[in-house]
Amino acid sequence: MSLALPVRRFDAIVVGAGGSGMRAALELARANLKVAVLTKVFPTRSHTVAAQGGIAAPLANSTEDNWHWHMYDTVKGSDYLGDQDAIEYMCRRANEVVVELEHMGMPFDRLENGKIYQRPFGGHTQDYGSAKMAMRSCAAADRTGHAMLHTLYQQNVRANTQFFVEWMALDLIRDPQDGAVIGVTALEMETGNVSILQAKATLFATGGSGRIFAASTNAFINTGDGLGMAARAGIPLEDMEFFQFHPTGIQGAGILITEGVRGEGGYLLNKDGERFMERYAPNAKDLASRDVVSRAMTTEIKEGRGCGPDADHLLLKLDHLGPEVINQRLPGIREIAIKFANADPVREAIPVVPTAHYQMGGIPTKYTGQVVVPEGANSESIVPGFYAVGECACVSVHGANRLGTNSLLDLLVFGKASGEQVIKDIRLLPSPQRNLPRDAGELSRSRLARLDANAEGERVADVGNDLRRAMQAHCGIFRFPEDLVKGIDKVKEIASRAQRTCLKDKSKVFNTARVEAFELDNLVEAAMATIVSAEARRESRGAQSRSDFPERDDKHWMKHTLWYKEGNRLAYKPVHLKPMSVETFEPKVRTY
Amino acid sequence: MKLSIYRYDPDKDERPCMQDYVIELEHADRMLLDALVKAKVQDDSLSFRRSCREGVCGSDAMNINGKNGLACVTKIADLPDHVTLRPLPGLPVIRDLIVDMTQFFKQYHSIKPYVINNDPPPERERLQSPAEREELNGLYECILCACCSTACPSFWWNPDKFVGPAGLLQAYRFIADSRDQATSERLDDLEDPYRLFRCHSIMNCVDACPKGLNPTKAIGKIKEIMVRRIV
Repeated sequence: MSLALPVRRFDAIVVGAGGSGMRAALELARANLKVAVLTKVFPTRSHTVAAQGGIAAPLANSTEDNWHWHMYDTVKGSDYLGDQDAIEYMCRRANEVVVELEHMGMPFDRLENGKIYQRPFGGHTQDYGSAKMAMRSCAAADRTGHAMLHTLYQQNVRANTQFFVEWMALDLIRDPQDGAVIGVTALEMETGNVSILQAKATLFATGGSGRIFAASTNAFINTGDGLGMAARAGIPLEDMEFFQFHPTGIQGAGILITEGVRGEGGYLLNKDGERFMERYAPNAKDLASRDVVSRAMTTEIKEGRGCGPDADHLLLKLDHLGPEVINQRLPGIREIAIKFANADPVREAIPVVPTAHYQMGGIPTKYTGQVVVPEGANSESIVPGFYAVGECACVSVHGANRLGTNSLLDLLVFGKASGEQVIKDIRLLPSPQRNLPRDAGELSRSRLARLDANAEGERVADVGNDLRRAMQAHCGIFRFPEDLVKGIDKVKEIASRAQRTCLKDKSKVFNTARVEAFELDNLVEAAMATIVSAEARRESRGAQSRSDFPERDDKHWMKHTLWYKEGNRLAYKPVHLKPMSVETFEPKVRTY
Repeated sequence: MKLSIYRYDPDKDERPCMQDYVIELEHADRMLLDALVKAKVQDDSLSFRRSCREGVCGSDAMNINGKNGLACVTKIADLPDHVTLRPLPGLPVIRDLIVDMTQFFKQYHSIKPYVINNDPPPERERLQSPAEREELNGLYECILCACCSTACPSFWWNPDKFVGPAGLLQAYRFIADSRDQATSERLDDLEDPYRLFRCHSIMNCVDACPKGLNPTKAIGKIKEIMVRRIV
């Protein structure tokens, strides 16, 4: 049957052209491998473009700094759930990849001495968590993600990377013999044709699933496509209960306002004009970790100290920084606040609420990008041919809570590392490709056939909106046991409704309704993984905060969750507490 | 609010037509993109690109009541009650509001959009003074939405030969970068009756840019450097 779908063969396929996908692709293109980069949107439209505040690296351009301190902050920020070997690896390679990015042409802001400008950011400190903040966030004004994504695209243009633009990957193809991943099926949007793209290495860089929540800073395209594909192919998803709510999304619109505002000296106020973070985090105040600030804000609103006629938001004040700093360091924020909040921050505060932002969990990998799953007694057996990086992956460097500016760093370090690993692995493989299994592509074809055949059913948009509302109501910043249980039932019901949707649009040409239907399938998997994992974890840690288990419980829960689609089954695996070369950072009570 | 939208599906339509949608606006609907998303709920066959919904990804460029712009940062309050939406002018239409941007990106790629510096890379960052970095402001922020180039009559006439405002803005971005060593090679490439000199400074690009950038000014600077090079 698979013969019906055209097959194209490559050494490697990269799915996704955001920061991590393009960093990996660059490594592969420079090695002269035959690479295809598939992307749903033109590369510079990927969501990395929306990152604002900076990329972490202990360059020590303004304050004393080193990778040990950065590592400590990241471990503590993760609420000790991050794998310490992967964290050490990331922090040790940070300066290298950021300097390389500068050499590629990245327009970083500069200090008087010509070095890269660095600003403070939440949770980044000097001397292992002292009250002194580290200036570690390398910034291009407040458009760091945009500048980085364009720089990486430009380098890929130079390296002649082959992009398949507006191609959406649909499903993984695995070899039934040993479970190796041997490619994907993909939909070319312009023609509506589906093909098989076969490769010796398939690297997912598909981004997060922020669109599972109703109020989200994320772009429309962040629908967890890689997670859905992996889950349908029997790969578990790790630590999905940990979803970061960014403290400062514009109220109502959800648009991100960078933590860099607070890094530059802005702060949050409640309706009494009180700088309330002083009560919750006496040292770091507004620059405590994101989970801490978001919880504090939600508590303020719940206890009636929210601002506005409905007491439903807080205010982010930065006018005291003066127009010069705002125009030079935060011009994008000014533009966004004027457009989306009708507030010019040079004169007035911005109304903000915590907003769903970043998924810490994902496809389980090693620091080499290799995907690892439990097999027999081995909890981390490598899946041959399969790699994942960036937000879709769980390395895990962010653990239960990511520090701001560590995500862009994650993209570069693990994008590069996975590229290096793919090159190494491919050289060891025999040159002919494996035989495709007889049923390769069947799953995608049947999904497509259902959408084409259904003459009646619900609208995709309605099912998607119900999913987002259910997740927002049942799996938010503070989680309640009854809500979670009810939420799982709702998501299950929505999952079955998603199978009965109907498209009016039956055209072959650029059928965006069909794309949205495929995206809904992926959102459902990501949402299910998130809420089922959250319900099962009976403790509060990082971004997971439960009313019935308000404390961290290292004795029972210092472990990673693994969620399997089949039967909604959960398994667990140990956290890597041992770093590569230094002593373990032992879990402590986490205060800022 | 009424939207009249250009519709064309080559799979079934012989020719394009305009279709009207009446949208019931709610309080949360601020931007034109919010209204478009509502129209798509009514009729899932309506096709357009969108992603970030905050004006940084450049996906949802279209012609709004005769002027190019991004739907996601065009306030409904600033629009009349009846809005006509067409695809960006001058590029082949794939379907509805989705255009084929191949030619636009080809021109962008043609200017070698990357820093060229053949010195062995130092161990640390290359130094650049704040003043040198300042030169890149107003240039690097381009989001490649194509609002400018598709508002330019010279680009409509010669999309294959004239680089267009977006590409030229980026050409100057690399000329202006103190780390780039390929200025003369870049100027040689542009010194051509079409590639640069089809710009007649009518400034539609400046008017169209949703990011407030000024390609005409950048083009002027390239011309200035070229003249200086001759004398």
